[in-house]
Amino acid sequence: MNTPVLPGPLADNPRLDRWVTFPAPGKVTVGTGRVELGQGVLTAMTQIAADELDVAMECITIRSGDTEFTPNEGYTAGSQSIQFGGVAMRQACADVRSLFIDQASKVLGCKTGELSIRGGSIFKNGTPTGQDYWTLAAAVDLAAKATGSGTRKAVADFKTIGRSSARLDLPAKLFGKPAFIHDMVLDGMVHARVVRQPNRGATIQTIDEQAIRRAAKAPVEFVRNGNFLAIVGHDETAVDLAGAAAPKHVTWQNVETPTPLQAEASWLIQRPAIDRVIGAPEPSRPQGRARFEQTYTRGHLAHASISPSCGLALYRDGRLTVWTHCQGVFPLRAALARTLSLDASAITVHHVQGSGCYGHNGADDAAADAAIIAMAMPERPIRVRWRREEEFVYEPKSPAMAVKVRALLDEAGKPVDWTAEIWSGTHNYRPGAGGNLLGAQALPNPPPEPPPGDVPESNGGGATRNAEPLYDIASKRIIHHLVPETPVRTSALRGLGAMPNVFAIECCVDELAERAGQDPVQYRLAITSENRARAVIEKVAAMAGWKAGEPSGTGRGRGIGFARYKNRAAYAAVVVELDVEETIRLRHVWCAADAGLVVNPDGVINQLEGGIIQSASWVLKEQVRFDDGVSSFDWETYPVLKFSEVPEIDIALLHTRDEVPLGVGEVTAGPTAAAIGNAVSHALGARIRDLPLTRDRIMATLLEE
Amino acid sequence: MTQKFDFTVNGRPVSVSLDNEETPLLNVLRNELGLMGARFGCGLEQCGCCMVLIDGAAEKSCGKPVWSVAGKTVTTVEGLGTPERPHPLQQAFIDEQAGQCGYCLGGILISAQALLARNPSPTRPEIAAALDDNICRCGSHNRIIRAIEKAAALIRADGSADARGGVNA
Repeated sequence: MNTPVLPGPLADNPRLDRWVTFPAPGKVTVGTGRVELGQGVLTAMTQIAADELDVAMECITIRSGDTEFTPNEGYTAGSQSIQFGGVAMRQACADVRSLFIDQASKVLGCKTGELSIRGGSIFKNGTPTGQDYWTLAAAVDLAAKATGSGTRKAVADFKTIGRSSARLDLPAKLFGKPAFIHDMVLDGMVHARVVRQPNRGATIQTIDEQAIRRAAKAPVEFVRNGNFLAIVGHDETAVDLAGAAAPKHVTWQNVETPTPLQAEASWLIQRPAIDRVIGAPEPSRPQGRARFEQTYTRGHLAHASISPSCGLALYRDGRLTVWTHCQGVFPLRAALARTLSLDASAITVHHVQGSGCYGHNGADDAAADAAIIAMAMPERPIRVRWRREEEFVYEPKSPAMAVKVRALLDEAGKPVDWTAEIWSGTHNYRPGAGGNLLGAQALPNPPPEPPPGDVPESNGGGATRNAEPLYDIASKRIIHHLVPETPVRTSALRGLGAMPNVFAIECCVDELAERAGQDPVQYRLAITSENRARAVIEKVAAMAGWKAGEPSGTGRGRGIGFARYKNRAAYAAVVVELDVEETIRLRHVWCAADAGLVVNPDGVINQLEGGIIQSASWVLKEQVRFDDGVSSFDWETYPVLKFSEVPEIDIALLHTRDEVPLGVGEVTAGPTAAAIGNAVSHALGARIRDLPLTRDRIMATLLEE
Repeated sequence: MTQKFDFTVNGRPVSVSLDNEETPLLNVLRNELGLMGARFGCGLEQCGCCMVLIDGAAEKSCGKPVWSVAGKTVTTVEGLGTPERPHPLQQAFIDEQAGQCGYCLGGILISAQALLARNPSPTRPEIAAALDDNICRCGSHNRIIRAIEKAAALIRADGSADARGGVNA
């Protein structure tokens, strides 16, 4: 008999009591390394555990992202929580269930095949036995390692998986209960704001403490360590006033400010880069083929989380305890240990919910700020909450990207050879990838910059994510120019390179369809043999009532975009209808998605809708501007899509009862961006290849016509 | 110099003593009164996370000095309803699963309550326009608009003062 292969996260965390415990009669505690970021993952995990353990969801308390108690699943990122973490949870629960069935068979003196579990109680041939998880718990060793031998439920036997479940965390948020890290109050807690080092290497020249104290209008203390400077006090209002005033009263040397030119992706193309070719070598000659080449770009984006980052820390009796809304408590713990010269075993990191982050925002850095201050002020719980401007200016940005596509075409105008040449800064400056915590760079003897790198292709790639089209093309390659020196710190934002890459691919495919005189939907189907890809394209076309040959240049346009996220997670096709005058008004969006096994259908639809709206916001409005520094520092200088600008959205899910779930949180970003780009081109009769699709770019394109 | 400020919060008289009369109402609600439903988003009166009703009008509390609400009536999202007795808006938001991270929802519920008080039958564009002072970054907009449409219908059908005005509004 073959040894079962454990799902990755379970192999990494084989102790079953990290996943499931039975703390009291009728109670189940389930642990997951995945954390709630507003995507509903804890509700979905509870559904999974309820089905695999045969207990009611109401019995389950879920514990997540805690270095003391939960599995270490790295980061909650990359649409991997259900596709990988959920599968691990299923197997862990199935193994636990199997251990209890084994124990029950011993106690009851019967065969395991005669036993079943309902509502946590053991039944023998359908008759209650008086035994349950809790009567047996003392005799079952959950410190044992998972074996993978527990049989996971068949899809047909699911009771809660596949049914829409109300979000467990939503009521608290609607009734104004403390729900977020920002709402935590610790005994004796003091508030703190950091006076940010403008850039790595900048050094404090002067501090006008008196001016800052006057601004505070109440007592505040200063904490300084090298070029790390913080203001601490009991009164949050005073600390806020001091924090807001402080930048004017502290002068710095060695300040570097990004320039407007550096805000554009085109700036990257001439920069020194680390070059790689992934895939077949590029043919030296076009072999008599027609050749098509275009470049598509996108500027830097901000995560622009609705709440500024927050972190709490307490250093007491040689132990550091940190509360954070970051995506990975274990990597943060390791980075704090490096930064503070502490042993990781002396640090506990607890996840507490923040607002939606959509990637690597300021959360890790705010936690580090609190930890640095806590080390200087033992016994005092420190709460750091970033200022709005601080979040916009200092959060890691999603890098600007330029994508040049070259396609060789056959006689019918279909691509036979495809090259995606990409210029980008890194999409991964996470602490777990060696990236420095912001505060650490201001400390004496700051850590060196990590060697340049990006997310490896084995993990979905960073700038190269979704750079390879899923279409039937005989030879494809990616040329990746990783630009190590970027004007601002860059890191992961929802989908990483997938949005600009899918925008480039799907706009290019529309341009090729037009060149071949074909309808964009028909052209895509003609170069797509994968059935699940065809299915979402056909479905969305039907939903939207797509008609070939609708005239272009009328001011109203329709466009389509398609991708399979990372070419291995969910599939999505999106059709957008919009009007273009001086600006773009979205009218309607249709989306067909195939996420495989769906745990919580309404949760998945919510994620798809959210991805569509966020992508629309990126495409229509968003770019981080530089003008003697980051000049996008609030909601007026970095506007996002408003309620009155949001279109109607219709979503259809396909293949929801498959065996395998496919990550869905990021899949719509690329197809939506491309569908908007293609619809604008259809509406205008002219194409804009640079994002965002601003009024200036529309006017310039119209003037060229 | 410490000053005393008296006003009404969620139907109860409160009195707070503060040294700085410019202290934002938001900080008073959160740090002095322990009411966490109004949230800090920007401190610039741009995002709407901190919205409360002041004498029935939806206002951003992050830029509202405490002296300016002396003698007035403030309602936070905690004052709309409770889990046991939810306001029709809160019930509709649960029914429609209107939210993702939920950080913006307290302010949005307050905006919606002010809208329904002045316009019991808003159209979709009217709801959207009324919420343009509130930012939702997760993309729950359409669910939120649907929930408000549903709550408006519930309130119209019910017609009770309690449903229209909430528990304490």
